[in-house]
Amino acid sequence: MRGPGVLGALGALALGAQGARAVEEQPGGAHGGGHGFQVVTFKWHHVQDPYIIALWILVASVAKIGFHLSRRVTSVVPESALLIVLGLVLGGIVWAADHIASFSLTPTVFFFYLLPPIVLDAGYFMPNRLFFGNLGSILLYAVVGTVWNAATTGLSLYGVFLSGLMGDLNTGLLDFLLFGSLIAAVDPVAVLAVFEEVHVNEVLFIIVFGESLLNDAVTVVLYNVFESFVTLGGDNVTGVDCVKGIVSFFVVSLGGALVGVAFAFLLSLVTRFTKHVRTIEPGFVFVLSYLSYLTSEMLSLSAILAITFCGICCQKYVKANISEQSATTVRYTMKMLASGAETIIFMFLGISAVDPLIWKWNTAFVLLTLVFISVYRALGVVLQTWVLNRYRMVALEPIDQVVMSYGGLRGAVAFALVVLLDENKVKEKNLFVSTTIIVIYFTVIFQGLTIKPLVQWLKVKRSEHREPKLNEKLHGRAFDHILSAIEDISGQIGHNYLRDKWSNFDRRFLSKVLMRRSAQKSRDRILNVFHELNLKDAISYVAEGERRGSLAFIRSPSTDNMVNVDFSTPRPSTVEASVSYLLRENMSAVRLDMQSLEQRRHSIRDMEDMVTHHTLQQYLYKPRQEYKHLYSRHELTPNEDERQDREVFQRTMRKRLDSFKSAKLGLGHGATRLHRRERARRRNSSIPNGKLPLERPPSFTIPEKALELLEPEEAADDDAVSGGIEFLAAVTQDTATESPAGCDNPGFEPEEPGFLSRVPPWLSPGETVVPSQRARLQIPCSPGNVHRLAPFRLSTRSTDSFQPDDSTQGQAPARPEATHIAAPGAEATQVILDRMRL
Amino acid sequence: MGSGSSHTATIPDLDDIRRETGFSQASLLRLYRRFRTLDQNKKGYLSRTDLEQIGALAVNPLGDRIIDSFFPDGNLKVDFAGFVRVLAHFRPIEEEDTGNQDPKEPEPLNSRMNKLRFAFQLYDLDRDGKISRQEMLQVLRLMVGVQVTEEQLESITDRTVQEADEDGDGAVSFHEFAKSLEKMNIEQKMSIRILK
Repeated sequence: MRGPGVLGALGALALGAQGARAVEEQPGGAHGGGHGFQVVTFKWHHVQDPYIIALWILVASVAKIGFHLSRRVTSVVPESALLIVLGLVLGGIVWAADHIASFSLTPTVFFFYLLPPIVLDAGYFMPNRLFFGNLGSILLYAVVGTVWNAATTGLSLYGVFLSGLMGDLNTGLLDFLLFGSLIAAVDPVAVLAVFEEVHVNEVLFIIVFGESLLNDAVTVVLYNVFESFVTLGGDNVTGVDCVKGIVSFFVVSLGGALVGVAFAFLLSLVTRFTKHVRTIEPGFVFVLSYLSYLTSEMLSLSAILAITFCGICCQKYVKANISEQSATTVRYTMKMLASGAETIIFMFLGISAVDPLIWKWNTAFVLLTLVFISVYRALGVVLQTWVLNRYRMVALEPIDQVVMSYGGLRGAVAFALVVLLDENKVKEKNLFVSTTIIVIYFTVIFQGLTIKPLVQWLKVKRSEHREPKLNEKLHGRAFDHILSAIEDISGQIGHNYLRDKWSNFDRRFLSKVLMRRSAQKSRDRILNVFHELNLKDAISYVAEGERRGSLAFIRSPSTDNMVNVDFSTPRPSTVEASVSYLLRENMSAVRLDMQSLEQRRHSIRDMEDMVTHHTLQQYLYKPRQEYKHLYSRHELTPNEDERQDREVFQRTMRKRLDSFKSAKLGLGHGATRLHRRERARRRNSSIPNGKLPLERPPSFTIPEKALELLEPEEAADDDAVSGGIEFLAAVTQDTATESPAGCDNPGFEPEEPGFLSRVPPWLSPGETVVPSQRARLQIPCSPGNVHRLAPFRLSTRSTDSFQPDDSTQGQAPARPEATHIAAPGAEATQVILDRMRL
Repeated sequence: MGSGSSHTATIPDLDDIRRETGFSQASLLRLYRRFRTLDQNKKGYLSRTDLEQIGALAVNPLGDRIIDSFFPDGNLKVDFAGFVRVLAHFRPIEEEDTGNQDPKEPEPLNSRMNKLRFAFQLYDLDRDGKISRQEMLQVLRLMVGVQVTEEQLESITDRTVQEADEDGDGAVSFHEFAKSLEKMNIEQKMSIRILK
């Protein structure tokens, strides 16, 4: 993998460390004494380069630990700013020690080793749907915006220069334009570091994120064009050259993107066949995407675009192909590399500044640059947004525009580019370097510090400050959920036609080529949303929750294996034991909890109020917009969110399942229809029908099915996932309709009998015959994998500690009041199970 | 999926729907495409299964309640008009809506009161015009994590009901519901910008 690669390669960092080498000349012989054979030798030179690199990485990492010791500091000051300051301090120390700026961020290191992991990470974790949904706006900001920034800044500076305000500088128009182009781009590293902490809405996030990624490519192209113009000399630039420059812009960027896509294709294809080399599976992701970067660099195309698009395009197939562990490895490694690279970049931005040789001050130039980049950024954003809002379905509001303008941070890309300048051609290189450093510091530190308060202030201004009442809190949250549900129902924003076409093409051709067969199966539409969620877990949880009547196991991951074991072997006795046992255990746990709460509650009433508010505040499920972090360089697994999704998913599915079961149990008419289905399934099933218990009434279909489900698990994980979901889908699909009775889960069901009798729960009769969408799309997929979920039925069926009682139909059983919220599952199971035994 | 080929002409009862919901022609067209995408078997109506196929709803605590609201009075299917009627509650309120309102016309679906009524009926399962304590508890149960104990839930429910309950009948009527939320900017909170 890349780990060692990065380390070794960072050796280049130390190449700038000539000074240190000289200082460390003396040791070795000192204690070794004389000559002859030496038991121990001190070989500093032998390890010097990697050693220094490792030390720097260590310093940066330890510093990160230090920053996060105090939450108060990191919540106010962005980490990037802290790192820069740290770098300044360290640089100062090093300089004080040997009066030579030994270490600096060299463009080679930056472009070859530090930038790729960051950009790859951004691409690989890009929320594709949003990205492509807003591609138009992103491109406009990235291309037109950057060109606008470069041109206006360069020209304005040149104008001021002509007025003589800057004194005597050895520059021309092209130098200013060159400078404008390198200072124009908003930096993805800096922007993300700050935006992650400011919670903005998803559209704004993706626009700024996408813009900062793509505009680097624009900057690099502009930079190259102007640099070659400067090399040619201002007088020799002809109209043809200008046209060539424009053409080269398109060639470079589109070419880069194409190289990325090609490598993504290759990568997806390769991961399709790595089943037997699991250990190096993650390596392919890194090596191939890095190769895409190098290849396009070699072809002098835009390397950033190449690796970005490589990440964007491969993510879907790679994630589907590689094993779960490999996916986790990729995720963690990528985050580690990106986060590490970012840390090093910011630190070295600080260190690099401590070098008197590069500093050349020109107050007018520096100040005017700051003013111009801010003003033109704002102006550009407002103008472009005005154009965009005429076409966008969701307009960008003024507050968004403020955040976008103010979030235009400059970063390491600008620095690396300015250092790359050739002093012989650009006479005022040092002035440009100093100004760039000042601009970076100003934007990262000052704007980074103030953007959060600014956003908060702008938001707070809109809503008055008042402690909301309980009702407002609860209903407000409910409204959020309602709204996001309605959004989901009414469909995504725009581009539906293209997206449909694309997903059609993808399903018919691309996925067939690029995905393993097993992975293809799991690509049912319903799964799209859950790709982040560990579906298999969720489904096991549903089953397990049913079986044990508790969600307690959610907290003990070790039970995961048990779930699987239980699936293959029904063990009625343990099940029976565990239901009651768990209920009991659960209750005691609750009691414990309550006791501690009780103590608090006995105090004053205000206190109680506070507790209630606090509980609500803390445990109310968050609406989607708030909790879905789109992309985060540092947070690996949004545990909270996943858990919420899992819990809700579990409840929903259980409820649907329960309705299905009860509806089914309540009737005999649907049986013939179902039988047809059953038979079709059985034909493909490896389980002989002889196993069917004879005492079952023939029209009673569930046990049959449940038994059939007993088929031992032989398939891969992916199958389990798809199986579970398909099962759920199938379950809802062939649910019969007539019986309104039997909504027996008080936790998840409407329990007012009046309501129940008025609303027949499921589908229209005509629908039961229609195969599920999945069946239509992928008929050959074996119905055998339909089964993962079901065995719990079998296990619950054989409990016999409860009296069968048919008369409870349609009436919710009283629930034990103090039980855990998940307890209803157990009751439902029991009621169902009672009926099943009839 | 061929949804691109649909034109406004193909939408049944277009004018009536427009009048009732206030949607623009473009929005209706878009929603109609969406409707047809959801309608998996080209039945011309949506069933519960169609809506349940939307994955995001499965992780939405109130997802199934929302689905219920598309099927009032025990219906098993919802046609385009019904589909849009529900969504119309979430149309943003525009200036002209409030300005030149004909008193004879019924209140538009997206008025503040109708938005509230929509939310209210999600709670009020038995349609008796009141959110009973039990109904409140159920909603709460859907909306909090498993960490909260049942007793805590009940206590929160009691407080919530008490806070809103003015006439002391232990339940929240629509009037009380609306009153308890009078400070909230429902117009903005219950509107989706893309539904114009």
